Amino acid sequence: MAHDSQAVAHGDTHDEHKPHGWRRWIFATNHKDIGTMYLIFSGLMFFIGGVMAMIIRAELFKPGLQFVDPQFFNSMTTMHALFMLFGAVMPAWTGLANWQIPLQIGAPDMALPRLNNFSFWILPFAFTLLFCTLFVPGGGPASGWTMYPPLMLQTSEAFPMSIFAVHLMGASSILGSINVIVTIMNMRAPGMTLLRMPLFVWSWLITAYLLIAVMPVLAGAVTMLLTDHFFQTTFFTAAGGGDPVMYQHIFWFFGHPEVYILILPAFGIISEIIPTFARKPIFGYEAMVYAIASIAFLSFIVWAHHMFTVGMPLAGQLFFMLSTMLIAIPTGVKVFNWSATMWKGSLTFETPMLFAISFLFLFTIGGFSGLMLAIVPADYQYHDTYFVVAHFHYVIVPGAVFSILAAVYYWLPKWTGKMYDERLGKTHFWLSTIFVNVLFFPQHFLGLAGMPRRIPDYATQFTDWNMVSSIGAFGFGLSQILFPYIIWKCVKSGEPAPARAWEGAKGLEWELPSPAPHHTWEVPPSPEVVARGAEH
Amino acid sequence: MMIRKALATLSAIVSMAALSPAAHAESGWHLLNMTQGVTDISRRIYGLHMLIFWVCVVIGVVVFGVMIYSMLKFRKSQGAVADTTMVHNTKVEVIWTVIPVAILVAMAVPAANTLVELEDTRNTEITIKVTGYQWGWQYDYLENGVVFFSRLSREADAARRMGSGTDVTKIEHYLRDVDNPLVVPVDTKVRLLVTATDVIHAWWVPELALKKDAIPGYVNEIWFNIDADKAGTYRGQCVELCGRDHAFMPIVVKALPKDDFQNWLKTTAASQKQAAASQQPDAAPAVANAG
Repeated sequence: MAHDSQAVAHGDTHDEHKPHGWRRWIFATNHKDIGTMYLIFSGLMFFIGGVMAMIIRAELFKPGLQFVDPQFFNSMTTMHALFMLFGAVMPAWTGLANWQIPLQIGAPDMALPRLNNFSFWILPFAFTLLFCTLFVPGGGPASGWTMYPPLMLQTSEAFPMSIFAVHLMGASSILGSINVIVTIMNMRAPGMTLLRMPLFVWSWLITAYLLIAVMPVLAGAVTMLLTDHFFQTTFFTAAGGGDPVMYQHIFWFFGHPEVYILILPAFGIISEIIPTFARKPIFGYEAMVYAIASIAFLSFIVWAHHMFTVGMPLAGQLFFMLSTMLIAIPTGVKVFNWSATMWKGSLTFETPMLFAISFLFLFTIGGFSGLMLAIVPADYQYHDTYFVVAHFHYVIVPGAVFSILAAVYYWLPKWTGKMYDERLGKTHFWLSTIFVNVLFFPQHFLGLAGMPRRIPDYATQFTDWNMVSSIGAFGFGLSQILFPYIIWKCVKSGEPAPARAWEGAKGLEWELPSPAPHHTWEVPPSPEVVARGAEH
Repeated sequence: MMIRKALATLSAIVSMAALSPAAHAESGWHLLNMTQGVTDISRRIYGLHMLIFWVCVVIGVVVFGVMIYSMLKFRKSQGAVADTTMVHNTKVEVIWTVIPVAILVAMAVPAANTLVELEDTRNTEITIKVTGYQWGWQYDYLENGVVFFSRLSREADAARRMGSGTDVTKIEHYLRDVDNPLVVPVDTKVRLLVTATDVIHAWWVPELALKKDAIPGYVNEIWFNIDADKAGTYRGQCVELCGRDHAFMPIVVKALPKDDFQNWLKTTAASQKQAAASQQPDAAPAVANAG
């Protein structure tokens, strides 16, 4: 850091000063390098979690057990969730934060570069450990990603490994969040007031506070599982005066904010992309900020809607039903504002915009089923069925994952200095959007018809829609192979991209050359440049 | 190249699906919606479900309509010029905040009413204790001393094993049939006390619109009252992940007319008493041998 400030003092920017070879990555402190590592790691986890999903859908292609033992199937559903949530989506957000936040607020790097290195390098160890549980006696954790006791306590050798892996993931997230908060609070360019920040930065600031608030809660819950298993405590064991339902309350006090940790940065991404391709500032900027903040606040008081069937008092059920319904209001405001941003715009439909529009439609469908799930008496029918599986996959896949894809297509020219192949990008988009619906829409029918989630075999009346869903899954899985190919092709032989890669793009990152040099904003942008980027 | 390959694989999968023996007795294509069920509560829940569904459809048509209109009308390729002054409109923003609030209040009232009613477990006529265990159910008619276990039918249990060689689509009610169903009377407010011995399970029969977790150390209460003219067999299964054989612990409820139920209860109680009595002498020497 001392070196950097000296460089600035001399007005001397060592643009390409960087270590070479393996040291560049192992000892990385540059936000761009660490961001790249986070994104590659996330992609790798996405494909590993995807293979697990393919195993699940292959087994469910028809009734009867064809390929896997039920215990292995259960560990596949568990590991698929852990790999996708903690391995694919969350590291992708941190990777995007690493790359974009310093560029967007005019900072030379993240505030705490060594912490940044540490928070990334924890992850490969955490996921190697978790993956290895598949090969120990008794197999991987198989009690669902929610790890409900007493079932979780029946896990054999994989038990301590899984708990430790979750601890590591939590530690990594907390360190990453501290870095994001410190960076945003202290390193904005002069003139970049809080209400001038790009919405992606806002969404990440709020997400980071959520992470710091709830990750320790998860750590506490799993630590109590650990002591119940090894040290004869009975926090969650009824026979010793403990309470299995208390675990669920603690878990979901973490779990519901966690759900918004997965989706809030997506709101930020969509709020960057739609104005760019509508060539029009975001509609209702302040309302968007307040909507994200209200959603974050509400996320702390709705947790028990995941557990309406545990037998809560009437007053509790009513409270959690009403608080859950309230979330529809700020979420509605966001969807209306995005629609209003497109209204009277000048729209073009490049790949990032296509994914963003697909997000608008399909995330809204996930929101509708969420509203239905809030109605407690109806939830008694929906709970723990494929209707819930359809709901949360609609918000996570065409919600979070599509906005990650959109973000990568959007900023790829800035990162690599080259354009991806637009025709291939559009092919990737259409295949993804069609298959994601073939995959998940029929799961609404299956759930309403009474098919429970987390089962490897089912009654024969569920066969037809399961086949459709599995075909959608294979199609969706195969289409994703296009994505790394498109990126590889872009890096290898893409057309050079201009500094402002998109005609309508506003914001500080587009003031920098493409590709962004190794060190950027060593001299903060002038207040005029900052103001130009923040026209809303 | 890649795409052609992907498409070829896909068409192979599709043709495989078409050729595979999907020709089982009952087709599932028509199963799209929630059952209306056979109790007053289940019909009210179905009504709430359809109400919120149509509310979502109407909002969806309006919102998606606006988005599609924008995508068609405001295209740069059609010469659309962006109105960059349109960044904020307090009146519109207040309207689209207030209208959803009103819709939500309108939804919350009937939902809360139904909830209050289905939590009312007073004046039940029969109480049955339901205990989940890995992996089956035990039913205990508390007033009459009738107790039995209920497990996946033997036929399905054999067929579901990997490599069993049995075509499961040929088995009637595959994974939805048990050795001993729960027998209940129609037109009677039946109370279930739901608990578990080992891990958490959940008891659910869609036609009765009831789902309650069976939790060790907890006794949860639910009730149902099946319509007088809806005697019949209703099927469900465990819906809370409970370990390896979670998918294989079905629930079958046989609803009998009141008189038939009383007869069944009397016969079963008598035969269970007899069985218990005849087991006594058998049990004694076993203990003696062990000693």
